[in-house]
Amino acid sequence: MGRAFGTNELLYLLKAIPWTLALSLGALVGGGILGVVVAILRIAPLRPLRWLAVGYIELFQGTPVLMQLFVVYYGIAVLFNIQVPPWPAVLLAFTLYSGAFLGEIWRGSIEAIPRPQWEAAECLSLGFAKQLWYVVLPQAARISIPPTVGFMVQLIKTTSIAAIIGFVELTRAGQLMTNTTFKPMIVYPVVAALYFVICWPLSLLAQSLERRIDAALGVKKHF
Amino acid sequence: MPLLALRSISKRFGAHRVLDDVSLAVEVGEVVAIIGRSGSGKSTLLRCINGLERPDAGTIAFAGAEFAAGSRAAKALRREIGIVFQSYNLFPHLSVERNITLGPTAGKGLSLGEAKARALKVLRMVGLEDKIAAYPGQLSGGQQQRVAIARALAMEPRLVLFDEITAALDAELIGEVVRVLETLAADGMTMVLVTHEMGFARRSADTVVFMHQGRIWEKGPPATLFNAPATAELASFIDAVLSVDPSAQRRVG
Repeated sequence: MGRAFGTNELLYLLKAIPWTLALSLGALVGGGILGVVVAILRIAPLRPLRWLAVGYIELFQGTPVLMQLFVVYYGIAVLFNIQVPPWPAVLLAFTLYSGAFLGEIWRGSIEAIPRPQWEAAECLSLGFAKQLWYVVLPQAARISIPPTVGFMVQLIKTTSIAAIIGFVELTRAGQLMTNTTFKPMIVYPVVAALYFVICWPLSLLAQSLERRIDAALGVKKHF
Repeated sequence: MPLLALRSISKRFGAHRVLDDVSLAVEVGEVVAIIGRSGSGKSTLLRCINGLERPDAGTIAFAGAEFAAGSRAAKALRREIGIVFQSYNLFPHLSVERNITLGPTAGKGLSLGEAKARALKVLRMVGLEDKIAAYPGQLSGGQQQRVAIARALAMEPRLVLFDEITAALDAELIGEVVRVLETLAADGMTMVLVTHEMGFARRSADTVVFMHQGRIWEKGPPATLFNAPATAELASFIDAVLSVDPSAQRRVG
Protein backbone atom coordinates (compact mmCIF):
# COMPACT_ATOMS: atom_id res chain seq x y z
CA MET A 1 0.00 0.00 0.00
CA GLY A 2 1.18 3.54 -0.71
CA ARG A 3 1.10 6.64 1.36
CA ALA A 4 -2.15 8.37 2.19
CA PHE A 5 -3.08 11.39 0.08
CA GLY A 6 -2.74 14.18 2.63
CA THR A 7 -1.68 17.82 2.90
CA ASN A 8 1.91 17.14 1.83
CA GLU A 9 0.80 15.33 -1.27
CA LEU A 10 -1.58 18.15 -2.15
CA LEU A 11 1.21 20.69 -1.56
CA TYR A 12 3.42 18.74 -3.93
CA LEU A 13 0.81 19.09 -6.65
CA LEU A 14 0.30 22.79 -5.92
CA LYS A 15 4.05 23.38 -6.21
CA ALA A 16 3.96 21.99 -9.75
CA ILE A 17 1.37 24.57 -10.84
CA PRO A 18 3.95 27.37 -11.35
CA TRP A 19 5.71 25.15 -13.92
CA THR A 20 2.49 24.61 -15.81
CA LEU A 21 1.86 28.36 -15.69
CA ALA A 22 5.44 29.22 -16.66
CA LEU A 23 5.32 26.88 -19.63
CA SER A 24 1.92 28.22 -20.74
CA LEU A 25 2.93 31.84 -20.28
CA GLY A 26 6.29 31.36 -22.00
CA ALA A 27 4.67 29.62 -24.96
CA LEU A 28 2.02 32.34 -25.10
CA VAL A 29 4.53 35.19 -25.15
CA GLY A 30 6.89 33.49 -27.62
CA GLY A 31 4.01 32.16 -29.69
CA GLY A 32 2.32 35.55 -29.52
CA ILE A 33 5.31 37.32 -31.04
CA LEU A 34 5.64 34.58 -33.64
CA GLY A 35 1.88 34.75 -34.24
CA VAL A 36 1.92 38.49 -34.98
CA VAL A 37 4.71 37.98 -37.50
CA VAL A 38 2.91 35.03 -39.11
CA ALA A 39 -0.43 36.89 -39.25
CA ILE A 40 1.19 39.85 -41.00
CA LEU A 41 3.15 37.58 -43.39
CA ARG A 42 -0.14 35.86 -44.26
CA ILE A 43 -1.63 39.16 -45.50
CA ALA A 44 1.66 40.49 -46.90
CA PRO A 45 1.71 41.61 -50.51
CA LEU A 46 4.66 39.27 -51.27
CA ARG A 47 3.64 35.78 -52.30
CA PRO A 48 6.77 33.87 -51.08
CA LEU A 49 6.25 35.33 -47.59
CA ARG A 50 2.63 34.17 -47.60
CA TRP A 51 3.70 30.66 -48.67
CA LEU A 52 6.30 30.53 -45.93
CA ALA A 53 3.69 31.44 -43.33
CA VAL A 54 1.14 28.99 -44.75
CA GLY A 55 3.70 26.17 -44.76
CA TYR A 56 4.57 26.76 -41.14
CA ILE A 57 0.94 26.96 -40.07
CA GLU A 58 -0.09 23.81 -41.96
CA LEU A 59 2.87 21.86 -40.56
CA PHE A 60 2.10 22.68 -36.95
CA GLN A 61 -1.68 22.49 -37.22
CA GLY A 62 -1.57 19.25 -39.17
CA THR A 63 0.65 17.21 -36.85
CA PRO A 64 0.07 16.05 -33.25
CA VAL A 65 1.65 18.29 -30.65
CA LEU A 66 3.15 15.16 -29.04
CA MET A 67 5.12 14.45 -32.23
CA GLN A 68 6.27 18.07 -32.35
CA LEU A 69 7.49 17.71 -28.78
CA PHE A 70 9.37 14.47 -29.57
CA VAL A 71 10.92 15.90 -32.72
CA VAL A 72 12.14 19.01 -30.91
CA TYR A 73 13.34 17.13 -27.81
CA TYR A 74 15.10 14.24 -29.55
CA GLY A 75 15.85 16.29 -32.64
CA ILE A 76 18.05 18.74 -30.74
CA ALA A 77 19.82 15.84 -29.04
CA VAL A 78 20.51 14.06 -32.33
CA LEU A 79 21.35 17.11 -34.41
CA PHE A 80 23.66 18.82 -31.97
CA ASN A 81 24.71 15.73 -30.08
CA ILE A 82 23.79 17.30 -26.77
CA GLN A 83 21.31 16.18 -24.18
CA VAL A 84 19.03 19.18 -23.57
CA PRO A 85 17.05 19.40 -20.36
CA PRO A 86 13.29 19.06 -20.90
CA TRP A 87 12.46 22.70 -20.01
CA PRO A 88 13.94 24.52 -23.04
CA ALA A 89 12.75 21.73 -25.34
CA VAL A 90 9.13 21.87 -24.20
CA LEU A 91 9.16 25.66 -24.21
CA LEU A 92 10.44 25.73 -27.80
CA ALA A 93 7.96 23.09 -28.94
CA PHE A 94 4.97 24.84 -27.38
CA THR A 95 6.13 28.22 -28.67
CA LEU A 96 6.19 26.91 -32.24
CA TYR A 97 2.83 25.23 -31.71
CA SER A 98 1.25 28.41 -30.27
CA GLY A 99 2.72 30.63 -32.98
CA ALA A 100 0.96 28.63 -35.69
CA PHE A 101 -2.44 28.72 -33.97
CA LEU A 102 -2.29 32.33 -32.76
CA GLY A 103 -1.07 33.51 -36.16
CA GLU A 104 -4.04 31.87 -37.83
CA ILE A 105 -6.51 33.23 -35.24
CA TRP A 106 -5.20 36.75 -35.65
CA ARG A 107 -5.07 36.61 -39.44
CA GLY A 108 -8.74 35.62 -39.37
CA SER A 109 -9.50 38.56 -37.07
CA ILE A 110 -7.72 41.00 -39.36
CA GLU A 111 -9.52 39.65 -42.42
CA ALA A 112 -12.86 39.89 -40.63
CA ILE A 113 -12.58 43.67 -40.66
CA PRO A 114 -14.63 44.79 -43.67
CA ARG A 115 -12.74 46.13 -46.69
CA PRO A 116 -14.55 49.53 -46.51
CA GLN A 117 -12.84 50.22 -43.16
CA TRP A 118 -9.46 50.03 -44.92
CA GLU A 119 -10.83 52.19 -47.74
CA ALA A 120 -12.25 54.83 -45.40
CA ALA A 121 -8.84 55.12 -43.72
CA GLU A 122 -7.12 55.21 -47.11
CA CYS A 123 -9.38 58.07 -48.17
CA LEU A 124 -8.25 60.03 -45.10
CA SER A 125 -4.69 59.90 -46.49
CA LEU A 126 -3.52 57.11 -44.16
CA GLY A 127 -0.87 54.78 -45.58
CA PHE A 128 -1.00 50.97 -45.22
CA ALA A 129 0.80 50.84 -41.86
CA LYS A 130 -1.39 53.58 -40.37
CA GLN A 131 -4.56 51.97 -41.72
CA LEU A 132 -3.47 48.77 -39.99
CA TRP A 133 -2.42 50.46 -36.74
CA TYR A 134 -5.23 52.98 -36.16
CA VAL A 135 -8.19 51.33 -37.81
CA VAL A 136 -7.82 47.59 -38.44
CA LEU A 137 -5.76 46.18 -35.56
CA PRO A 138 -7.80 47.74 -32.73
CA GLN A 139 -10.98 46.25 -34.20
CA ALA A 140 -9.30 42.94 -34.97
CA ALA A 141 -8.06 42.78 -31.37
CA ARG A 142 -11.63 43.06 -30.11
CA ILE A 143 -12.76 40.22 -32.37
CA SER A 144 -9.80 38.05 -31.45
CA ILE A 145 -10.38 38.07 -27.67
CA PRO A 146 -12.71 35.05 -27.48
CA PRO A 147 -10.69 32.74 -29.76
CA THR A 148 -7.39 33.86 -28.21
CA VAL A 149 -8.56 33.14 -24.68
CA GLY A 150 -10.06 29.89 -25.93
CA PHE A 151 -6.67 28.95 -27.27
CA MET A 152 -4.96 29.97 -24.00
CA VAL A 153 -7.22 27.61 -22.08
CA GLN A 154 -6.49 24.92 -24.65
CA LEU A 155 -2.76 25.57 -24.35
CA ILE A 156 -2.72 25.32 -20.53
CA LYS A 157 -4.38 21.91 -20.77
CA THR A 158 -2.17 20.79 -23.66
CA THR A 159 1.02 21.52 -21.72
CA SER A 160 0.16 18.35 -19.75
CA ILE A 161 1.72 16.49 -22.71
CA ALA A 162 5.11 17.72 -21.50
CA ALA A 163 4.80 15.16 -18.69
CA ILE A 164 5.70 12.46 -21.23
CA ILE A 165 9.29 13.57 -21.64
CA GLY A 166 9.65 13.94 -17.89
CA PHE A 167 9.10 17.66 -17.46
CA VAL A 168 7.57 18.02 -14.00
CA GLU A 169 4.54 20.20 -14.35
CA LEU A 170 1.09 19.58 -12.90
CA THR A 171 0.31 16.37 -14.76
CA ARG A 172 3.77 14.84 -14.24
CA ALA A 173 3.50 15.71 -10.55
CA GLY A 174 0.18 13.86 -10.54
CA GLN A 175 1.80 10.79 -12.10
CA LEU A 176 4.57 10.85 -9.50
CA MET A 177 2.03 11.19 -6.68
CA THR A 178 0.02 8.30 -8.09
CA ASN A 179 3.16 6.16 -8.10
CA THR A 180 3.79 6.84 -4.42
CA THR A 181 0.21 6.80 -3.15
CA PHE A 182 -1.37 4.25 -5.53
CA LYS A 183 -4.52 6.40 -5.42
CA PRO A 184 -5.14 7.47 -9.02
CA MET A 185 -8.83 8.01 -8.36
CA ILE A 186 -7.98 10.68 -5.83
CA VAL A 187 -4.88 12.19 -7.42
CA TYR A 188 -6.15 12.61 -10.99
CA PRO A 189 -9.50 14.20 -10.10
CA VAL A 190 -7.55 16.64 -7.90
CA VAL A 191 -5.18 17.38 -10.81
CA ALA A 192 -8.16 17.91 -13.12
CA ALA A 193 -9.78 20.22 -10.58
CA LEU A 194 -6.59 22.26 -10.35
CA TYR A 195 -6.54 22.72 -14.16
CA PHE A 196 -10.16 23.82 -13.95
CA VAL A 197 -9.36 26.36 -11.24
CA ILE A 198 -6.70 27.86 -13.51
CA CYS A 199 -8.73 27.86 -16.73
CA TRP A 200 -12.19 28.87 -15.59
CA PRO A 201 -11.31 32.38 -14.37
CA LEU A 202 -9.66 33.01 -17.75
CA SER A 203 -12.92 32.32 -19.55
CA LEU A 204 -14.78 34.59 -17.13
CA LEU A 205 -12.21 37.32 -17.63
CA ALA A 206 -12.59 37.11 -21.40
CA GLN A 207 -16.38 37.37 -21.15
CA SER A 208 -16.28 40.43 -18.93
CA LEU A 209 -13.62 42.08 -21.10
CA GLU A 210 -15.81 41.56 -24.16
CA ARG A 211 -18.87 42.97 -22.38
CA ARG A 212 -17.00 46.03 -21.19
CA ILE A 213 -15.61 46.83 -24.65
CA ASP A 214 -19.03 46.35 -26.24
CA ALA A 215 -20.67 48.60 -23.66
CA ALA A 216 -18.06 51.32 -24.14
CA LEU A 217 -18.58 51.28 -27.91
CA GLY A 218 -22.38 51.15 -27.74
CA VAL A 219 -22.50 47.79 -29.52
CA LYS A 220 -25.98 46.28 -29.33
CA LYS A 221 -26.18 42.54 -29.01
CA HIS A 222 -29.16 40.96 -30.67
CA PHE A 223 -29.42 37.94 -28.43
CA MET B 1 -10.13 75.99 -65.92
CA PRO B 2 -12.21 73.25 -64.31
CA LEU B 3 -11.23 71.98 -60.85
CA LEU B 4 -11.59 68.39 -62.00
CA ALA B 5 -11.42 67.08 -65.54
CA LEU B 6 -11.85 63.42 -66.39
CA ARG B 7 -10.76 62.49 -69.88
CA SER B 8 -11.75 59.25 -71.59
CA ILE B 9 -11.91 57.15 -68.43
CA SER B 10 -12.54 53.47 -69.18
CA LYS B 11 -12.78 50.55 -66.79
CA ARG B 12 -13.60 46.87 -67.21
CA PHE B 13 -14.40 44.22 -64.65
CA GLY B 14 -13.54 41.08 -66.59
CA ALA B 15 -15.49 41.19 -69.82
CA HIS B 16 -17.94 43.75 -68.45
CA ARG B 17 -17.26 47.31 -69.56
CA VAL B 18 -18.24 49.37 -66.51
CA LEU B 19 -17.00 52.74 -67.76
CA ASP B 20 -16.75 53.45 -71.44
CA ASP B 21 -14.83 56.57 -72.44
CA VAL B 22 -16.24 58.88 -69.80
CA SER B 23 -15.22 62.54 -69.84
CA LEU B 24 -16.50 65.05 -67.35
CA ALA B 25 -15.44 68.49 -66.13
CA VAL B 26 -16.37 69.96 -62.77
CA GLU B 27 -15.94 73.68 -62.11
CA VAL B 28 -15.07 75.20 -58.75
CA GLY B 29 -18.26 75.50 -56.69
CA GLU B 30 -20.24 73.32 -59.07
CA VAL B 31 -22.64 70.68 -57.78
CA VAL B 32 -22.85 67.68 -60.10
CA ALA B 33 -25.48 65.02 -59.49
CA ILE B 34 -24.94 61.67 -61.22
CA ILE B 35 -28.09 59.62 -61.67
CA GLY B 36 -28.81 56.34 -63.40
CA ARG B 37 -29.81 52.73 -62.84
CA SER B 38 -27.74 50.47 -60.63
CA GLY B 39 -24.92 48.95 -62.64
CA SER B 40 -24.64 51.97 -64.90
CA GLY B 41 -21.15 52.76 -63.59
CA LYS B 42 -21.99 55.74 -61.33
CA SER B 43 -20.23 54.52 -58.21
CA THR B 44 -17.27 53.13 -60.12
CA LEU B 45 -16.77 56.53 -61.74
CA LEU B 46 -16.75 58.16 -58.31
CA ARG B 47 -14.27 55.59 -56.98
CA CYS B 48 -12.01 56.17 -59.97
CA ILE B 49 -11.85 59.87 -59.16
CA ASN B 50 -10.10 59.31 -55.85
CA GLY B 51 -8.17 56.20 -56.81
CA LEU B 52 -10.15 53.52 -54.96
CA GLU B 53 -10.59 51.91 -58.36
CA ARG B 54 -7.90 51.98 -60.98
CA PRO B 55 -9.23 52.89 -64.41
CA ASP B 56 -7.81 50.96 -67.38
CA ALA B 57 -7.42 54.09 -69.44
CA GLY B 58 -7.87 57.84 -69.29
CA THR B 59 -6.47 60.80 -67.43
CA ILE B 60 -7.54 62.90 -64.47
CA ALA B 61 -6.67 66.56 -64.21
CA PHE B 62 -7.07 68.31 -60.89
CA ALA B 63 -6.60 72.07 -60.58
CA GLY B 64 -4.72 72.04 -63.86
CA ALA B 65 -2.29 69.21 -63.08
CA GLU B 66 -2.82 66.12 -65.19
CA PHE B 67 -2.26 62.55 -63.98
CA ALA B 68 -2.43 59.15 -65.57
CA ALA B 69 -5.44 57.45 -64.00
CA GLY B 70 -4.45 55.10 -61.21
CA SER B 71 -0.95 56.51 -60.86
CA ARG B 72 0.66 57.20 -57.52
CA ALA B 73 0.33 60.93 -58.09
CA ALA B 74 -3.38 60.51 -58.78
CA LYS B 75 -3.73 58.73 -55.45
CA ALA B 76 -2.12 61.71 -53.71
CA LEU B 77 -5.16 63.70 -54.84
CA ARG B 78 -6.93 62.14 -51.87
CA ARG B 79 -5.52 64.91 -49.74
CA GLU B 80 -7.70 67.28 -51.77
CA ILE B 81 -10.72 65.07 -52.42
CA GLY B 82 -13.05 63.84 -49.70
CA ILE B 83 -15.52 60.99 -50.03
CA VAL B 84 -18.63 59.98 -48.12
CA PHE B 85 -19.86 56.40 -48.54
CA GLN B 86 -23.30 54.83 -48.63
CA SER B 87 -22.57 52.73 -45.54
CA TYR B 88 -20.94 55.62 -43.60
CA ASN B 89 -17.82 53.52 -42.83
CA LEU B 90 -17.18 55.30 -39.56
CA PHE B 91 -14.59 53.65 -37.32
CA PRO B 92 -16.73 51.91 -34.67
CA HIS B 93 -13.94 51.71 -32.08
CA LEU B 94 -13.28 55.46 -32.10
CA SER B 95 -15.33 58.33 -30.67
CA VAL B 96 -16.96 60.80 -33.04
CA GLU B 97 -14.20 63.28 -32.26
CA ARG B 98 -11.40 60.77 -32.96
CA ASN B 99 -13.14 59.63 -36.16
CA ILE B 100 -12.85 63.21 -37.34
CA THR B 101 -9.37 64.05 -36.01
CA LEU B 102 -7.68 60.84 -37.24
CA GLY B 103 -7.35 61.96 -40.86
CA PRO B 104 -6.06 65.48 -40.15
CA THR B 105 -3.53 64.22 -37.56
CA ALA B 106 -2.34 60.83 -38.87
CA GLY B 107 -2.97 61.60 -42.54
CA LYS B 108 -2.07 65.27 -42.86
CA GLY B 109 0.23 65.88 -39.90
CA LEU B 110 -1.92 68.46 -38.11
CA SER B 111 -1.45 68.85 -34.34
CA LEU B 112 -4.14 67.22 -32.19
CA GLY B 113 -5.15 70.63 -30.81
CA GLU B 114 -5.76 72.06 -34.26
CA ALA B 115 -7.55 68.91 -35.36
CA LYS B 116 -9.86 69.04 -32.33
CA ALA B 117 -10.77 72.66 -33.06
CA ARG B 118 -11.53 71.62 -36.61
CA ALA B 119 -13.65 68.66 -35.41
CA LEU B 120 -15.81 71.01 -33.36
CA LYS B 121 -16.20 73.34 -36.32
CA VAL B 122 -17.30 70.64 -38.77
CA LEU B 123 -19.60 69.01 -36.20
CA ARG B 124 -21.35 72.37 -35.79
CA MET B 125 -21.79 72.50 -39.56
CA VAL B 126 -23.70 69.19 -39.47
CA GLY B 127 -25.47 70.05 -36.21
CA LEU B 128 -23.94 67.32 -34.06
CA GLU B 129 -21.55 69.13 -31.71
CA ASP B 130 -23.34 67.52 -28.75
CA LYS B 131 -22.35 64.04 -30.03
CA ILE B 132 -18.62 64.73 -29.99
CA ALA B 133 -17.91 62.14 -27.29
CA ALA B 134 -20.34 59.50 -28.57
CA TYR B 135 -19.38 56.32 -30.42
CA PRO B 136 -20.84 55.53 -33.85
CA GLY B 137 -22.85 52.60 -32.43
CA GLN B 138 -24.75 55.05 -30.22
CA LEU B 139 -25.96 57.18 -33.16
CA SER B 140 -28.82 56.81 -35.64
CA GLY B 141 -28.03 56.14 -39.28
CA GLY B 142 -28.71 59.75 -40.21
CA GLN B 143 -26.43 61.01 -37.44
CA GLN B 144 -23.68 58.58 -38.46
CA GLN B 145 -23.88 59.81 -42.03
CA ARG B 146 -23.67 63.44 -40.86
CA VAL B 147 -20.56 62.54 -38.82
CA ALA B 148 -19.12 60.90 -41.94
CA ILE B 149 -19.73 64.14 -43.85
CA ALA B 150 -18.05 66.10 -41.02
CA ARG B 151 -15.11 63.67 -41.15
CA ALA B 152 -14.66 64.33 -44.86
CA LEU B 153 -14.95 68.10 -44.37
CA ALA B 154 -12.31 68.12 -41.62
CA MET B 155 -9.73 67.24 -44.26
CA GLU B 156 -10.60 70.61 -45.84
CA PRO B 157 -11.08 69.06 -49.28
CA ARG B 158 -11.46 71.12 -52.41
CA LEU B 159 -13.90 68.57 -53.78
CA VAL B 160 -16.20 66.14 -51.96
CA LEU B 161 -17.61 62.97 -53.52
CA PHE B 162 -20.85 61.50 -52.18
CA ASP B 163 -21.61 57.87 -53.07
CA GLU B 164 -25.37 57.27 -52.64
CA ILE B 165 -25.14 58.54 -49.11
CA THR B 166 -28.87 58.39 -48.37
CA ALA B 167 -29.47 54.97 -49.93
CA ALA B 168 -28.98 53.01 -46.68
CA LEU B 169 -31.10 55.34 -44.57
CA ASP B 170 -34.68 54.95 -43.36
CA ALA B 171 -36.99 57.38 -45.14
CA GLU B 172 -37.46 59.59 -42.08
CA LEU B 173 -33.70 60.08 -41.69
CA ILE B 174 -32.99 61.12 -45.28
CA GLY B 175 -34.19 64.68 -44.75
CA GLU B 176 -31.57 65.61 -42.14
CA VAL B 177 -28.74 64.40 -44.40
CA VAL B 178 -30.14 66.11 -47.49
CA ARG B 179 -30.40 69.38 -45.54
CA VAL B 180 -26.69 69.16 -44.72
CA LEU B 181 -25.96 68.60 -48.41
CA GLU B 182 -28.07 71.61 -49.35
CA THR B 183 -26.22 73.81 -46.88
CA LEU B 184 -22.88 72.68 -48.28
CA ALA B 185 -24.04 73.30 -51.84
CA ALA B 186 -25.28 76.77 -50.89
CA ASP B 187 -21.92 77.51 -49.23
CA GLY B 188 -20.16 76.93 -52.53
CA MET B 189 -18.59 73.52 -51.88
CA THR B 190 -17.63 71.68 -55.06
CA MET B 191 -19.52 68.41 -54.94
CA VAL B 192 -20.04 65.32 -57.10
CA LEU B 193 -22.89 63.14 -55.91
CA VAL B 194 -24.20 59.80 -56.99
CA THR B 195 -27.76 60.09 -55.79
CA HIS B 196 -31.27 58.73 -55.93
CA GLU B 197 -32.62 61.90 -54.32
CA MET B 198 -34.18 63.39 -57.42
CA GLY B 199 -35.63 66.27 -55.40
CA PHE B 200 -32.17 67.23 -54.20
CA ALA B 201 -30.70 66.85 -57.69
CA ARG B 202 -33.37 69.12 -59.06
CA ARG B 203 -33.13 71.81 -56.40
CA SER B 204 -29.41 71.95 -55.67
CA ALA B 205 -27.45 70.51 -58.59
CA ASP B 206 -26.00 72.81 -61.22
CA THR B 207 -25.50 69.90 -63.55
CA VAL B 208 -27.20 66.52 -63.73
CA VAL B 209 -25.41 63.64 -65.41
CA PHE B 210 -27.41 60.60 -66.50
CA MET B 211 -25.28 57.50 -66.86
CA HIS B 212 -26.34 54.46 -68.82
CA GLN B 213 -24.30 51.39 -69.82
CA GLY B 214 -21.08 52.93 -68.56
CA ARG B 215 -21.45 56.13 -70.55
CA ILE B 216 -22.61 59.65 -69.94
CA TRP B 217 -25.88 59.38 -71.78
CA GLU B 218 -27.21 62.87 -71.09
CA LYS B 219 -25.90 65.89 -69.26
CA GLY B 220 -27.28 69.31 -68.53
CA PRO B 221 -29.04 71.59 -66.08
CA PRO B 222 -31.64 69.74 -63.96
CA ALA B 223 -34.63 71.60 -65.39
CA THR B 224 -33.73 70.49 -68.91
CA LEU B 225 -33.03 66.87 -68.03
CA PHE B 226 -36.02 66.30 -65.79
CA ASN B 227 -38.56 68.24 -67.86
CA ALA B 228 -37.38 67.41 -71.33
CA PRO B 229 -35.26 64.26 -71.42
CA ALA B 230 -33.70 63.94 -74.87
CA THR B 231 -33.39 60.15 -74.84
CA ALA B 232 -35.86 57.34 -74.28
CA GLU B 233 -33.50 55.81 -71.68
CA LEU B 234 -33.59 58.88 -69.44
CA ALA B 235 -37.33 59.29 -69.88
CA SER B 236 -37.93 55.67 -68.82
CA PHE B 237 -35.49 56.03 -65.92
CA ILE B 238 -37.35 59.08 -64.61
CA ASP B 239 -40.67 57.27 -65.02
CA ALA B 240 -39.30 54.25 -63.15
CA VAL B 241 -38.01 56.36 -60.26
CA LEU B 242 -41.32 58.15 -59.95
CA SER B 243 -43.41 54.99 -60.03
CA VAL B 244 -41.27 53.22 -57.41
CA ASP B 245 -41.22 56.18 -55.04
CA PRO B 246 -44.42 58.25 -55.17
CA SER B 247 -42.94 60.78 -52.74
CA ALA B 248 -40.30 61.52 -55.37
CA GLN B 249 -43.11 62.86 -57.54
CA ARG B 250 -43.62 65.67 -55.09
CA ARG B 251 -39.88 66.15 -54.63
CA VAL B 252 -39.20 66.26 -58.34
CA GLY B 253 -42.32 68.41 -58.63
